[in-house]
Amino acid sequence: MSAATVLAGTLVVALNAYVLLGGADFGGGVWDLLARGPRAESQRQLVAQAIGPVWEANHVWLILAIVLLFTCFPAAFARIVVPLNLPLTGMLIGIVLRGSAFAFRGYGGDRDAVQRRWGRVFAMASLVTPLLLGTTLGAVASGAVGGVATAAPGDFAARYLAPWLAPFPLSVGVFTLACFAFLAATYLTLETTDGPLRDDFRRRALASGVAVGAAALAGLLAAGPAAPLMRHGLLGSGWALPFQLATGVVALTALGALVWRRYALARRCAVLQVSLVLWGWAWSQYPYVVPPDLTIEAAAAPTVTLRLVLAALVLGALVLVPSLFYLFRVFKGSDRRSAVSHQ
Amino acid sequence: MSDLLAARFQMAMSLAFHIIFAVVGIAMPVMMVVAEHRWRRTGDPVYLDLAKRWARGTAILFAVGAVSGTVLSFELGLLWPTFMRFAGAIIGMPFSLEGFAFFTEAIFLGVYLYGWERVSARAHLFAGAMVAASGALSGVFVVTANAWMNTPTGFDLVNGAPVNVRPVAAMLSAAAPAQVLHMTLAAYAATGFAVAGIHAFLILRGRRAAFHRHALTIALLVGAPAAVLQPISGDYAAAMVARHQPAKLAAMESLFHTQRHAPIVLGGWPDASQRRTRFGVPLPYALSLLAFHDPNATVTGLDSVPRDQWPNLPAVHLSFDVMVACGTYMAIVGLWTAWLARRRTDFARSQRFLLAVVIGAPLGFIAIETGWTVTELGRQPWIIYGVLRTADAVTPMPGQPWRTGVFALVYVFLAIVVTVLLSRQIVRSPMHTGEFRTPGGGA
Ligand code: HDD
Ligand code: HEM
Ligand code: HEM
Repeated sequence: MSAATVLAGTLVVALNAYVLLGGADFGGGVWDLLARGPRAESQRQLVAQAIGPVWEANHVWLILAIVLLFTCFPAAFARIVVPLNLPLTGMLIGIVLRGSAFAFRGYGGDRDAVQRRWGRVFAMASLVTPLLLGTTLGAVASGAVGGVATAAPGDFAARYLAPWLAPFPLSVGVFTLACFAFLAATYLTLETTDGPLRDDFRRRALASGVAVGAAALAGLLAAGPAAPLMRHGLLGSGWALPFQLATGVVALTALGALVWRRYALARRCAVLQVSLVLWGWAWSQYPYVVPPDLTIEAAAAPTVTLRLVLAALVLGALVLVPSLFYLFRVFKGSDRRSAVSHQ
Repeated sequence: MSDLLAARFQMAMSLAFHIIFAVVGIAMPVMMVVAEHRWRRTGDPVYLDLAKRWARGTAILFAVGAVSGTVLSFELGLLWPTFMRFAGAIIGMPFSLEGFAFFTEAIFLGVYLYGWERVSARAHLFAGAMVAASGALSGVFVVTANAWMNTPTGFDLVNGAPVNVRPVAAMLSAAAPAQVLHMTLAAYAATGFAVAGIHAFLILRGRRAAFHRHALTIALLVGAPAAVLQPISGDYAAAMVARHQPAKLAAMESLFHTQRHAPIVLGGWPDASQRRTRFGVPLPYALSLLAFHDPNATVTGLDSVPRDQWPNLPAVHLSFDVMVACGTYMAIVGLWTAWLARRRTDFARSQRFLLAVVIGAPLGFIAIETGWTVTELGRQPWIIYGVLRTADAVTPMPGQPWRTGVFALVYVFLAIVVTVLLSRQIVRSPMHTGEFRTPGGGA
């Protein structure tokens, strides 16, 4: 396997980690927004407690992905950012508001009206950012970003709107949002020992799990006309059908585990399910970074750069893996004493 | 406003915003760790209170630093896609390494902020030290990338495209040592003086709690040595600029004519059309002496630079003078600190010293903003000095002023909120001698 392919794979790994960890943070924001009923306040608190210690680390995965993209595949980066300027800009503003609102709410002071207002900003931004992130990925996958070069230079709509403001990318956006909410709710069932609170999130996990299925179906329908390459990758090729079947089985197992209150199993299945979808996408668009014509090899930086980045990744992993393991053991281990003690 | 101007404005605004939080993210952890270490050694709970309060304030600033940094990573492409296509493979390396530094920083920050009661004393202190070290390291890496833009190397240019790329050589470009040293010192000097200034102000206003005296001492411990060293490292930076970026040096010093015995012009208004500086105070020989350490050295003036490659002269020259003025003042206060410390005088007793520290509070940040203005505006019209013009690197997408406007609103809003939140923190700091909350109750 070439260095470029390994690095493209690493990029998907970073995205995968961002989706599973950062994604769950966004999902937590969704449940903050939708907190209802007699335990609404406890729900919000559980979300804040679960995200607090890890959100900084979780969101660095996105930075790693973007840095790998512009270092190892500069031509792809330059090509993606221009037509997708608007959704990316929107996503950035979402990230800014969400990150800062979370910190302001946590550290800003007493539980008062100001805090509630930050809570709302945090929750709204959690809704918008995954939508736009998914839309961006969908636009790349659909081949519309790659195809934009054929549009007339002066045609603003064709160059800067059409690639992403279309049914398929938008449906991927909705799908992403549903996945994040599903992941968050599933994780949160394991973040508390309080029975009724846990049950709240079990029901939310079930509902969002069903929403994930519905959004996936809508995405497939939209992919029909809009993303022939994607459709072929998802349905047409030899490995596709078993892959789709496996994803479906995992998805159903996750829902079943939630119904039977097997929370640890549900979490594992949810993680696997979302990862399978992501890798299915990556695989379906291989060997292109920007379909329909820019391949991994064509977009790749010179070999020296790739080798150095690989070396840096290995060295970095030696520091990072134990540190991450430590972070999650301290805060997500079985010994869960009351958190947020600094407040 | 043209698209190019809007893009430059947006980049400048984002960086000017980010750098404040980045600098705090470099220096604040050092102070927190010193305070915690003193608490662990002396058992004096005031130090614990201090460490916890500083950590709280830092958490807010860190979050803003992280999100504004994320914005920058994308903006490099959103605003300058051609630059990134050209430079990604060459200077992506320091950005990748910076990514790992961010990770380490974020992980241990989580442990530090939320782990007071979950990890051992040693592990907690270690986490703080890791945050401090990786913060400094991220600054080092990213400034390396910037240094390459000023003194590009590590590739050969063939038909306008880079070939034979050597990323390690690019990281070790001529400007890198000077810029890295000067920027890292700047972080400690600016943050140390700002924090010292705030506590000195509160002491002057009658809050004489041990809390503020301890805080003042630690902040000066971090800020004063850096401030004393800063003019020396600045001189080293100027020597580097003189050798590798003559147009920038000429703009900084408002030197229109190539000459021996070149003077330094203090202040004044460089008039590009008349090719002279109005109202400035010239110091004969000084520039030749400072830039090349020889009063007879010839210094390149703007007349040796094609007119269309002149940077904005008043902005670069006056920014440079403001930075040097701030640096001189801070170095003097730094020496005064050392003198008082040697005589074991309580800093809080000298009203005049406290006042001098209060005046110094904003100067480090002003020097950082003006210093970066010198570096970045002084490089114009090049985004990569001598290789790629900024105008050729900008995004082809029309309507940039609108997007810049939206970002400006977001930043103004964030700036207001951060200011309000931090001043609340400060207002709630202890009033009287001995007033503090018990560690068990949390700070
Ligand atoms: C606390 C902040 C601070 C202080 C007190 C000073 N500087 Fe500075 N200076 C910076 C903060 C800074 C900076 C913002 O950090 C810059 C921008 C780029 C860089 O590497 O450092 C900078 C750049 C910079 C440059 C341009 C480097 C380049 O373009 O590559 C020169 C020549 C100097 N400085 C010289 C000085 C001198 C002679 C000072 C004497 C008092 C001084 N600085 C004080
Ligand atoms: C170390 C990392 C930095 C990098 C990689 C970087 C990169 C860039 C780039 C790509 C541009 C746009 C092209 C140009 O106008 O030259 C730019 C412009 C600019 N940057 Fe930086 N920069 C860095 C640090 C900073 C900081 C910390 C400041 C702080 C104030 C700053 C101030 C500016 C300004 C004022 C401009 C506008 C220049 C102009 O429009 O003439 N830069 N920078
Ligand atoms: C183009 C220029 C720059 C880019 C793309 C950039 C990118 C970033 C990013 C993505 C982060 C977030 C890391 C996290 O999530 O923890 C960050 C934080 C940071 N940056 Fe920058 N940065 C730039 C300029 C600078 C400069 C000039 C410095 C200073 C010397 C600096 C120092 C730091 C530090 C110390 C942090 C961590 C502290 C904090 O989070 O507040 N950066 N930067």
